[in-house]
Amino acid sequence: MADDTRARIRAARWIGFRTIVYREYSRIIRIWGQTLVPSAVTATLYFVIFGSLIGKRVGQMGDAAHSFPYMQYIAPGLIMMSVITNSYGNVVSSFFGAKFGKHVEELLVSPLPNWIIVTGYVAGGVVRGMMVGGVVTVVSLVFARLPVAHLGLILAAVLLTSIVFSLGGFINAVFAKNFDQVNFIPVFILTPLTYFGGVFYSVSMLPDWARVASHANPILHMVNAFRFGFLGTSDVSVPQAFVIMVGLAVALFALALTLLNRGTGIRE
Amino acid sequence: MKTYDNGVQALKGVDLEVEQGDFFALLGPNGAGKTTLIGIMTSLVNKTAGTAAVFGYDLDRQLELAKSCIGVVPQELNFNQFESPLTIVINQAGFYGIPRSVARSRAETYLRQLQLWDKRNNTARSLSGGMKRRLMIARALMHQPRLLILDEPTAGVDIEIRRSMWEFLRGINASGTTIILTTHYLEEAESLCRNIAIIDKGRIVERDGMNNLLRRLQTETFVLNLRGSLAQAPVVEGFALTRTDDHTLEAELNKDQSLNDLFAGLTQQGIEVLSMRNKVNRLEEIFMRLVENKVSNG
Repeated sequence: MADDTRARIRAARWIGFRTIVYREYSRIIRIWGQTLVPSAVTATLYFVIFGSLIGKRVGQMGDAAHSFPYMQYIAPGLIMMSVITNSYGNVVSSFFGAKFGKHVEELLVSPLPNWIIVTGYVAGGVVRGMMVGGVVTVVSLVFARLPVAHLGLILAAVLLTSIVFSLGGFINAVFAKNFDQVNFIPVFILTPLTYFGGVFYSVSMLPDWARVASHANPILHMVNAFRFGFLGTSDVSVPQAFVIMVGLAVALFALALTLLNRGTGIRE
Repeated sequence: MKTYDNGVQALKGVDLEVEQGDFFALLGPNGAGKTTLIGIMTSLVNKTAGTAAVFGYDLDRQLELAKSCIGVVPQELNFNQFESPLTIVINQAGFYGIPRSVARSRAETYLRQLQLWDKRNNTARSLSGGMKRRLMIARALMHQPRLLILDEPTAGVDIEIRRSMWEFLRGINASGTTIILTTHYLEEAESLCRNIAIIDKGRIVERDGMNNLLRRLQTETFVLNLRGSLAQAPVVEGFALTRTDDHTLEAELNKDQSLNDLFAGLTQQGIEVLSMRNKVNRLEEIFMRLVENKVSNG
């Protein structure tokens, strides 16, 4: 293949990628009442009920060396929870909607390679995750002071988590045949894992068996890596948490790409 | 070749080549395999066996280059009904690597040519059926493809708009774009296309130039409207005449028989013909015979 053809293909791919991301961004903005507002409302309720009302009775949270007011302790977890839910929800609803409305064919007949399509949708999920994460962070600052111990770790943890759950949403959408199957994973798997993922408590409070079991939950590692970035305290090994996040991102990307290459759920 | 998971063999070894610059009709009854064939060309359907190439680019080895040459107007509506026509066409151009500034100017050109510019900011679902079809044509042209595939583009479109779409498509073809058209309106294929393939039960049963194919039509049936009424069909030597009602006759003529002889025979018997028309479109007659023969042979 000639060099100019290669350069043309590379430029076309980049424009295609930007178009997918821009389309996702436009969708987020167009339906902002469904995409940006609910997480801000939910986070406010959590802060008022768990943080302000119940939190006063809970007192300090964390280990003996690093304990924090309950409101401050749960803030990173609540931000991460909104990032997880929204990254996943954006990709699963957008890609399944495109499948359902058949406009996914606009992409499938185009010359864009499948890896660009996956990456574009994941980037869209990340954009929504970051936007909602930003909104919830602002809400958190109304209720709690948020110190920043390691800014780089905060950004890396939230980005990797958003990528992992965007990929999860993509895979869910590929397999889903109806709207029930779009909702099944978020309701019956994602929500329980998030609630048991150390958002509202430190796993050091749990009995041994529950603490060991909690370590099998990837969300525990993500939330704690993120919390470590703010507060400098974690229930898990932070390097190990990043290995898990990178490993999951690579594995899920490979799975999503394989499914798209095979045409699972989208090509006859 | 294409065999679906449920064992249905949609295509059974189709061997078909379309010349560059052609306006080509692909006809066949429902379920014949037309959409499957188009699906394979546009990579929406995975073929089970065989090879396919577009302007020399192999679909298995050079898919990206092959797809960049194709614009497709599918049978079913497949755009986001909540987006505006302008957004839909500009985004589609982006998927083909067209920069946004170029896409904006092309969008105006094609939306104006297809009489959609006034509706550019409406949501697509508020457009009429004909407008939605035209929107899909505008979208398919945004990257100025060398091959335009139209799968029943005028289905459900009224006659006036259909004819304006024909003119538009003739212009696109005249500018060098190869067009493959499937349609159920055989008049459309006869009017637009230079070459034709008829597909039935996953096989090409006919492939010829449109004029050659029409020339091969051995017999033609005419419907004659009469001034007076007839109790039974008259007998005119050499002609097969059927009475369908008091004022209507059907006459089947071989291509070497003269209409003058028929009229002379009828005039001799005092039968006056007020008007005459073909019973079916000529292409339709060939199509029905080919497909019916195939059915009876099968």
